[in-house]
Amino acid sequence: MRKQLIDTMSKTLEKNKETVLLLGDIGVHGFRHAKKKFPNRVYNIGILEQTTVSLAAGLKIAGFTPTVHTIAPFLIERAYEQIKVDFCYQGLGGNLVTVGGSYDYAALGCTHHCPSDVMMINLLPNSEIFLPGHSNEFNNLFQTAYKNDHLSYFRLGEEENETHHEVKPYKNSIVKDINANTTIVCVGSTLKNVLLATKNLDVNIIYCTTVKPFDVNSLKKFLDGTLILIEPYASSVILDQIIVSHKMPNEIVSHNIPKKFIEKYGSKAEIDKLLGFDTKSIKNLILKHKNN
Amino acid sequence: MLKLSDKLIIKKLKKEILEICFNAKEGHLGSSFSILDILYVLYTHVLDITPNKKNSNKRDYFILSKGHASLAHAAVLYEKNFIKLKELRSYCSYDSILGGHLDRKKVNGVEVSSGSLGHGISIAVGIALGLKIKKIQNKVFVVVGDGEINEGTFWESLLIASNKNLNNLCCIVDYNRSNDLSIKLDPLKHKLDSFGFTVLEIDGHCHEEIRNATMFFRKTSEKPTIVLANTIKGKGVRVMENNPEWHHKSPNIDELNKMIKELS
Repeated sequence: MRKQLIDTMSKTLEKNKETVLLLGDIGVHGFRHAKKKFPNRVYNIGILEQTTVSLAAGLKIAGFTPTVHTIAPFLIERAYEQIKVDFCYQGLGGNLVTVGGSYDYAALGCTHHCPSDVMMINLLPNSEIFLPGHSNEFNNLFQTAYKNDHLSYFRLGEEENETHHEVKPYKNSIVKDINANTTIVCVGSTLKNVLLATKNLDVNIIYCTTVKPFDVNSLKKFLDGTLILIEPYASSVILDQIIVSHKMPNEIVSHNIPKKFIEKYGSKAEIDKLLGFDTKSIKNLILKHKNN
Repeated sequence: MLKLSDKLIIKKLKKEILEICFNAKEGHLGSSFSILDILYVLYTHVLDITPNKKNSNKRDYFILSKGHASLAHAAVLYEKNFIKLKELRSYCSYDSILGGHLDRKKVNGVEVSSGSLGHGISIAVGIALGLKIKKIQNKVFVVVGDGEINEGTFWESLLIASNKNLNNLCCIVDYNRSNDLSIKLDPLKHKLDSFGFTVLEIDGHCHEEIRNATMFFRKTSEKPTIVLANTIKGKGVRVMENNPEWHHKSPNIDELNKMIKELS
């Protein structure tokens, strides 16, 4: 997805003269051509995330559309107050694009993990959250949202789904609807393992790439049965929005990342297994709660 | 109508601020009085901002980063016709446009909603960079407190401003020695010099010095500028001057009457 970010940003810089990209000393090599072409609108600001976020808000006040890119914990957790005050409270639009959440950098340890990012941005008024599951989907989501008046958060993953879906921003995609009593709602790249886990299972599958605002209306048809939410971050941001909408399903199961430090290293796949996001664990979860 | 001298206007505004603080039972008087002269001179003689120009792309930008001194800012915005007297006197009431920290979405002429320290300078750097990209000649002014500059974001912002040579940025430090209670900053001028800024040290209550320094920046500066304004917290009311007790306190009726008398 990083390649797609470079492609999408480069094209956006080309077509929109008010686009500015601020890097936190991450992805600098990848953006070298864009930097050369647009030296006044692509900056490697450095490793000072709080100031970078506020500076981006200043650029917005001056009439630009800023995008800040770096690794999730350093942008979202470290600069959280700047995001809250300088974008959301001021009522300014802007874009944050991260890599590394939740545990894409599994081997680098807890400082580089960030399962809390989505939950944290969800708490902020005037914010939107996008988790594309495929490179092609990012472009579509970004092009729709990047110029609006919200703080738009795009979390890009190292892992992608096998194929991309024709996702519509702010809408869920119904991937499988067989009138089953159990419906899986999965976010971003979790779709890959969900599809593998449900090959021979009678379940409906809803695919979500806009986590906030969540498309609650897409659930309407499925509320009589069991809803299983599979979200690759801490806390169920979707459940939060379902509750507020008063459109509760008959039964609901929420699967997300536990609020504890991940003390193991290894690969993302190994941590998926540890936390129940691998194919086998997802299948077992569904079988346990499936409403026959 | 008789035009009051600057000195009399400052006294008038101070009395108004005291009355408002007494009625609202809210306000940071000490800080408001330490920056009132600076704000008044900026809005009167230096800034290219008027109520008619508040949305123009070609305007100067002013940010009060030490937002708790909102009474001074609101009083000057009233004096310069950005807000009405009725609005000023509604300070901190339930439906007021004016809270203890001003909100850009509610108050004409306020560029940045303040409250959390250490944000204003970084936003100012972003605006200054934006004006440079657009090749707009206007300037960005930000007032920070000396206590506020403990924040790492202040120093980070100086690094960027210097690195990008934002000579359209003027940061005024309200050096009222609030910070002496925690980390002493001296030699502050030396530290600021070392960041590659033009540093001008002035008496922050002398209108001529405020005007000369900020106009020097406007006309000639080749580097980003810091005006180190030596001020007195609570300036003009003896009981308040340099007295931390008056950082966030409203006067009772006896105190109010004495203060008004002293200013009359």
